[in-house]
Amino acid sequence: MLQIKNLHVNIGDVEVLKGIDLTIPEGETFILFGPNGSGKTTLLMTLMGFGNYTVTEGQILFKGVDITYAPMYERARLGIGMSFQRPPTIHGLKTGHLVKMCGQGRTVDVEGLAKKVNFSRFLDRDINAGFSGGEIKRSELLQLMAQRPDLILFDEPESGVDLENMSLIGRTARELLDGLQPASCTMKMAKTVCKTAGLIITHTGHILEYVNADRGQVMYNGRLCCEARPRDILDHISKHGYKECLRCLSSENGEQLDLADFREAY
Amino acid sequence: MEKIDLKKYRVDGGNAAPIEDLSTLSPEDKERLLYAGIDVDRTDRAGSFMHMNHSGVHCKSQQEGLEIMDIKDALAKYDGLPEYWWKLVDKDKDEFTRAAFETLHGGYFIRAKAGHKIAEPVQSCLFIKDSGLAQSVHNIVVVEEGAEMHIITGCATAHGAKETAHMGISEFYVKKGGKLTFTMIHNWSDDTAVRPRSAGILEEDAVFLNNYVLLKPVKDLQMYPALTLNGSGAIARFNSVIVAPEGSHVDSGNRIILNAPNTRAEIIARTLTTGGTIINRGFIGANNVPARGHLECKGLILGGGRIHAIPELDATIDGVELSHEAAVGKIAQEEIEYLMARGMDEDEATATIVRGFLNVEMEGLPPELQAAIDKQISELDAGDVM
Repeated sequence: MLQIKNLHVNIGDVEVLKGIDLTIPEGETFILFGPNGSGKTTLLMTLMGFGNYTVTEGQILFKGVDITYAPMYERARLGIGMSFQRPPTIHGLKTGHLVKMCGQGRTVDVEGLAKKVNFSRFLDRDINAGFSGGEIKRSELLQLMAQRPDLILFDEPESGVDLENMSLIGRTARELLDGLQPASCTMKMAKTVCKTAGLIITHTGHILEYVNADRGQVMYNGRLCCEARPRDILDHISKHGYKECLRCLSSENGEQLDLADFREAY
Repeated sequence: MEKIDLKKYRVDGGNAAPIEDLSTLSPEDKERLLYAGIDVDRTDRAGSFMHMNHSGVHCKSQQEGLEIMDIKDALAKYDGLPEYWWKLVDKDKDEFTRAAFETLHGGYFIRAKAGHKIAEPVQSCLFIKDSGLAQSVHNIVVVEEGAEMHIITGCATAHGAKETAHMGISEFYVKKGGKLTFTMIHNWSDDTAVRPRSAGILEEDAVFLNNYVLLKPVKDLQMYPALTLNGSGAIARFNSVIVAPEGSHVDSGNRIILNAPNTRAEIIARTLTTGGTIINRGFIGANNVPARGHLECKGLILGGGRIHAIPELDATIDGVELSHEAAVGKIAQEEIEYLMARGMDEDEATATIVRGFLNVEMEGLPPELQAAIDKQISELDAGDVM
């Protein structure tokens, strides 16, 4: 589904991603860990095609199409969808209207979908105007439900969300990734039914309680390292912090990295 | 901006015959009026009025408690309307006002009588059909105690009418507990000079909601309607949506004076230029407390043109609460990218944001009129504007 080869990305003159290789097959959910400023969000923004992120080297293939330099809307139409962390308010644009437009010509049951994320009473409000953290997440999920992407990019689904909302958001994210499951179904069946892939950034790991995540990796200073089961990575980070990753990455590259320096640089 | 030379327009020779049934107008004229918010085929109107060129051609009230007359008839019937005639507008204000004083072609007198709540809107059209004409009208609107009324007035020129001018004096009186909603939609041509001169006075607990929509080209328009709130508890609100393509010069603003306690004022303007000039004025003055007012001028420049926002607050007493917010900008890249991430291309995203920007919720509009305005706004991107 998604294939990233030796991706280098600059923000302005600063190289933020320094050679990312990552493949996410159909139906797989990939979890990205890493300290603040390591480049996780940059990777998501680059995949979506935001203007400020310049690819200086490497390639992004989605469904076999080279989208490295494709405009955002082409990526969206190809099937990439993103949940924004801090989406802008657009005055005069009603949430319900935007959800309808997310269908890209397909008829969308706006009311029905809104009910699922308990968002019906927001449909007549301007998009993102005065939304709380949980409301933003629900609105983003609602738009993604209408958009039906094949690859979902989700930046910190748990940030700014209370526990009750987290459960709703977690369940909805799972439904987006796994599809609606029949009452009795084997794992194998579930996998074949749903081909949606996911790339999720998380710090706290709360989302892991809801979605079936297959693989995870740590991003550090613009590079990926330490591939493992997401749960194991999370356990490790909560015990040892990111120091271990640092050591691991240093030995791999023969490059001396220091956490303190690194934090300062960003 | 070149000066408007009134001498080049004819103020006579534009007489038109009465039209008993407005639905007999030509399809072209109907279409022009439709874009000015007037659907002459509708029957659910409390009353209707039409002035064409230099003559009142139609005048009908279909409801008890609602009086609609040609202003000349009203002046004759009510001894010159001494309470209302030239009481709020100074006839020596400028040459246009003076011209309207010297030559009176017509206009309407519309009165909602005490206690009558007129459910359906009253429809009025001021129409210039022929080239070279200057049209001067004088309108008087009276909402008596406890009455309610909504007037929709559409001003338009006929297709192909060149070199025209419109001067309109309007005086509004909203008495104790009365409520007037006044919606004006302009559909002039790129060769029309427009000089409305309007003022209104509000008594105790009176409400005035004013909506103004200009989405079509106009050569040169200047107006600055003023409302004075003299009664305690009075409320005035102006909503304006103004679009100026290349060649349009629009100098438009709203003025509200709060002279009594517990009065409130709100002025909201959304302006968009794609090459024209918009001078967007706003003024809230307060001379009594408690008084609250908010003024908002927001402008968007798309591809060229000029927006000059002039918001003013003038308070003369301790304890007032007045605020203003003015902004002239461009469409934020962040907003465009947000919509592009949902699959819209850049043009669609831009058009969606502009539609949102212009989507001021106007109170009291009949749904079909709101739909007509929305439709025109959504058509903006299809045509020359975007």
